[in-house]
Amino acid sequence: MTQTTAESPVRKQRAQLKTRTLRTDRWWLAPGLTFAGLLVFLIYGFWAIFDTSHLAGSYIAPFSSPCLATSCPEGARLFGFAPFGDWYTLPPGILILGLPGGFRLTCYYYRKAYYRSYWLSPPACGVAEPHKKYTGETRFPLILQNIHRYFFYFGAVIALILTYDAVLAFRDKDGNWGHVGLGTIILVVNAILILCYTFGCHSCRHITAGRLNHFSKHPLRYRAWTLVSKLNAKHQQFAWASLFSVMLADLYVRLVAKGIINFPFA
Amino acid sequence: MGYKAKFRVWRGEAGEGRLEDFTVEVNEGEVVLDIIHRLQATQAPDLAVRWNCKAGKCGSCSMEINGKPRLGCMTRMSTFEEDETITVTPLRTFPVIKDLVCDVSFNYEKAREIPSFTPPADVKPGEYRMQQVDVQRSQEFRKCIECFLCQNVCHVIRDHEENKKAFAGPRYFIRIAELDMHPYDVQDRRPQTAQEEHGLGFCNITKCCTEVCPEHIKITDNAIIPVKERVVDRKYDPLVWLGSKIFKRSS
Repeated sequence: MTQTTAESPVRKQRAQLKTRTLRTDRWWLAPGLTFAGLLVFLIYGFWAIFDTSHLAGSYIAPFSSPCLATSCPEGARLFGFAPFGDWYTLPPGILILGLPGGFRLTCYYYRKAYYRSYWLSPPACGVAEPHKKYTGETRFPLILQNIHRYFFYFGAVIALILTYDAVLAFRDKDGNWGHVGLGTIILVVNAILILCYTFGCHSCRHITAGRLNHFSKHPLRYRAWTLVSKLNAKHQQFAWASLFSVMLADLYVRLVAKGIINFPFA
Repeated sequence: MGYKAKFRVWRGEAGEGRLEDFTVEVNEGEVVLDIIHRLQATQAPDLAVRWNCKAGKCGSCSMEINGKPRLGCMTRMSTFEEDETITVTPLRTFPVIKDLVCDVSFNYEKAREIPSFTPPADVKPGEYRMQQVDVQRSQEFRKCIECFLCQNVCHVIRDHEENKKAFAGPRYFIRIAELDMHPYDVQDRRPQTAQEEHGLGFCNITKCCTEVCPEHIKITDNAIIPVKERVVDRKYDPLVWLGSKIFKRSS
């Protein structure tokens, strides 16, 4: 075996092991499931954009809310507001889905999820990535991840609109309050999960008080920060729960609208 | 009860070496470092391993066990099957001196690049008065035992040696966060230097540093992301910039 001195050039070498990883556990399972979960959401979202069943009684499909085009039925519009007239012929979902989509795309949790599962950078801890070069988020286009807080502002507005939609779901199809159907429960649960995900966001945590160095001088902001921090600790769980809840709620409303689901408590 | 375990241990100097097979006795309650010591005592007296406290507090016995960065003294043998072959290698990100001992001087060089804690000039040691809520964030980062497992697992330098020059690594991002959040530090740190001089932008939040931290420090959520957000305040958010101009304050 070659003896080396501190000045020897070979001293500067890492252990040469010609294997991608020595891990023996199922490290591929988590990125595999993440890949599949996000793919399902993308496929569903693509279908939902082009589906025209936006409204079922008082239930508004979350992927179509707020509906800003006159091609939407009256009840699906937010306060009757429809700035995009008959000239707009594209699916109305395109007008708004970029905002919650951008919020999730630039979210600190989802970044981990898709960097690992789609870009394999790295696929798992201690598993070599396949790329020869790596610059991370230092330059275009990934430097744009820094605009996450602006998407948070829009995401918060969308979350509040979905909460309003969930409140409207307590009306029956004739507009009378007091109705509670399966759809009402699904939309309420979805709204709660979306709110927990949105207001547990890292940017929200920073804005409330994370940017301060003296919490004691700002007790109300500190209190808000501790609340957001509690949600933030479960950000990954809320990210997945809300991703599937919004998809299931949207699918449910569209199936009711199409008449596929029509039992009495729908 | 004792049993004979199969071990594969990387042996070599500098980068050159190979995995050598051993069969070694394991007793109840032992950890991987105990087995390495038994190998030294019975079969490989020249096997090099760095260790000190055997209590997970000195950060010396960092190694990779079945491909995962771990502390040898905190990895119980009871977590493995008796018929499992356990592979032990040195940290993969740093140059090897001998066997399981690495040259981790990269980390000390990076440490020197960060200006130290600077209290106000008119406050003497012993006169610091801070509220607990103001220092508790920084205190989490003081738990770091400098085992460098986070530095080792970070793919930015683990898979790309060329990034070492520009990238300080997670251990030093928590140092930057600790000082930047400290209520008594008056050094003009300008959070954007974390990106411009210490390579914060290379981090893509994949959280491996947090996963391997034996002190369970939330490196990504409580240090890296907050510092990234502070950088956004200074570099990318026109509203914050405008607010600071109008209200004549910086944070």
